[in-house]
Amino acid sequence: MADTVQTRPLAAPTEVGLGREELLGMYRTMLLARALGQRMWLLARTGKTHFAVSGDGHEAVQVAAAQALDRTQDWCIPFYRDLAMMLHLGITARDVMLDDMARAEAPFGRGRQLPAHWSARRLRIVSGSSPVTTQLLHAAGVALASKLRGETAVTLTTCGDGATSEGDFHEALNFASVHRLPVVFVVENNGWAISVPRHKQMAVASIAERAAGYAMPGVTVDGTDLLESYKVIKEAVDRARAGEGPTLIDAQVVRLVPHSTNDDERRYRPAEELADAKARDPLPRYRAHLVAQRLLTEADDTELKQEVAQVVDDATDFAERSSYPDPSEIATHLYAGR
Amino acid sequence: MNMTYREAISQALRQAITRDERIFLMGEDIGRYGGSYAVTKGLLADFGEERIMDTPISEAGVVGVAIGAAMGGLRPVVELMTINFALLAMDQIVNHAAKLLCMSGGQITIPLVVRTVGGAGRQLAATHSQSFEGWFAHVPGIKVATPASPYDAKGLLRAALDDPNPVIFIEHSLLYGLAGDVPEEEYSVPLGKADVKRTGTDVTIVAYSRMVQVALEAAALLEKEGVNAEVMDLRSLRPWDKETVLASVKKTTRAVIAEEGWRTGGFGAEVASTIASEGFDYLDAPVQRVAGVEAPMPYNKALEQAAIPKASDIIAAVRAVL
Repeated sequence: MADTVQTRPLAAPTEVGLGREELLGMYRTMLLARALGQRMWLLARTGKTHFAVSGDGHEAVQVAAAQALDRTQDWCIPFYRDLAMMLHLGITARDVMLDDMARAEAPFGRGRQLPAHWSARRLRIVSGSSPVTTQLLHAAGVALASKLRGETAVTLTTCGDGATSEGDFHEALNFASVHRLPVVFVVENNGWAISVPRHKQMAVASIAERAAGYAMPGVTVDGTDLLESYKVIKEAVDRARAGEGPTLIDAQVVRLVPHSTNDDERRYRPAEELADAKARDPLPRYRAHLVAQRLLTEADDTELKQEVAQVVDDATDFAERSSYPDPSEIATHLYAGR
Repeated sequence: MNMTYREAISQALRQAITRDERIFLMGEDIGRYGGSYAVTKGLLADFGEERIMDTPISEAGVVGVAIGAAMGGLRPVVELMTINFALLAMDQIVNHAAKLLCMSGGQITIPLVVRTVGGAGRQLAATHSQSFEGWFAHVPGIKVATPASPYDAKGLLRAALDDPNPVIFIEHSLLYGLAGDVPEEEYSVPLGKADVKRTGTDVTIVAYSRMVQVALEAAALLEKEGVNAEVMDLRSLRPWDKETVLASVKKTTRAVIAEEGWRTGGFGAEVASTIASEGFDYLDAPVQRVAGVEAPMPYNKALEQAAIPKASDIIAAVRAVL
């Protein structure tokens, strides 16, 4: 069974040092990620695209992570559920849709790469992998480069809970700790590795416990609590930037949908567990908080949702109008020129 | 200047680290120990721990971190103790180093050199004696160099270090003591250009890595029988120089391909297939292949020697095509 986390009141905004604009900006990104993700899911389910993988339920910790980074210098090496993180770092809905529809102008892979494997050199975002966890090593390497070059950039990387069983997880945390690298490892722990529940994936009670094996701090956080997640990640980013080395964050989130559009979770997922997950949906929770804090009115909310729906429609139309890659260019970008 | 294959590689590394501050070395036992084959001996004292970085025993880790460091703007040179251990890093090399450029739409370059050691003949048995160069050569997106002489080792390494793509640089454990003329200054031997080591008119012997030495030995013996063999060193397997091979076969009309590893699916099969499809009209005899015995490499010295191709095997193959 997936983890069950006590739902506590959200941290007060004043505790985390963010202003109204940032707090609402994070909400808008969550809304956009949810709407865009659901559109891509629908496109795949109706045969308009081939495949989709969702981040529904992970949005809070993702937006928190993006908010905690210094977008002028830091690196991000995500995994395939990080749509909200990507949008909050500056990737646009149009770019996401071009990629989703594998069009010639798809900026992340020109139709070569699976959807949800974002790369944007200008934003220092590098695609995560399909053989899970390998990106943690790349993140350690980018952090090593920053350290050797005497730069102050921090690298944040993510993976799912299943990925922590891979050897690369150990090799990355070990290397990063030996060299005290400026890297933050965020595990988006939704309790499921496709169909394998957490208790069959690991014997430890918490992923954060594993940090002790690498002499680095391990922190468990409710990843559906945006502001608490922000606080924890910001602290880890600040530690990394100060030269104090890596941190492992176990962000406990929920998976609100099947693993991917190729998956039917009814075969393995108990209905009550799914209901519990839906009760922890980070979106209504954060919205209620903003309303309670008088940062958002119902009218604002409606307006925001309409605006986001337009962005999703525009991105969909834009991508649908753009052309497919030319088969004569299959081997383009196979090798870099000098 | 006369120097060994080991010294040539070491000098190339030293000159590169001195010239380019982005270049640094990572690997197991490359620092104080000086490398398992003593290639990096003395470098730690001269360049320090940040440039000559001893790593955990963690092959996937080291290659994965090096890929990241390359993304971050450095030019890492990884030493994997032997090619047998490169299998532990295969996912990082094949699924990531080779593909990130293409899968990122040309955004992410991985200028990475992985130096490793292949080949048998030192009685190190089955899991220390393999020839996997063909496995790497199979993968689009990486380049594969297989130097056979001190001169080429230094020049190909410079070319690999200048290349913006991942290069697997496969040294041979029995060639480190081989001596030859090597210029003191830096120079580049291009990847994808074969070298005719010996000109001849009767048969073309295509080889790479240590088999070049064995082919030259065979050619010297064949000369005494009045057979004039041309010996070709491919020098790199991806890209590989089919034009030079085909031009030679056009002249000699006969071809023998020698490789140290297993026959099935070996790189020699690619060369043979190319000659058969693109040079069929030149041929006066079927192409012959010489390869290692298809079994795990034995520890026993006599058995090991029996498993590795020898000059007599190449001579027998040449006789079969004459």
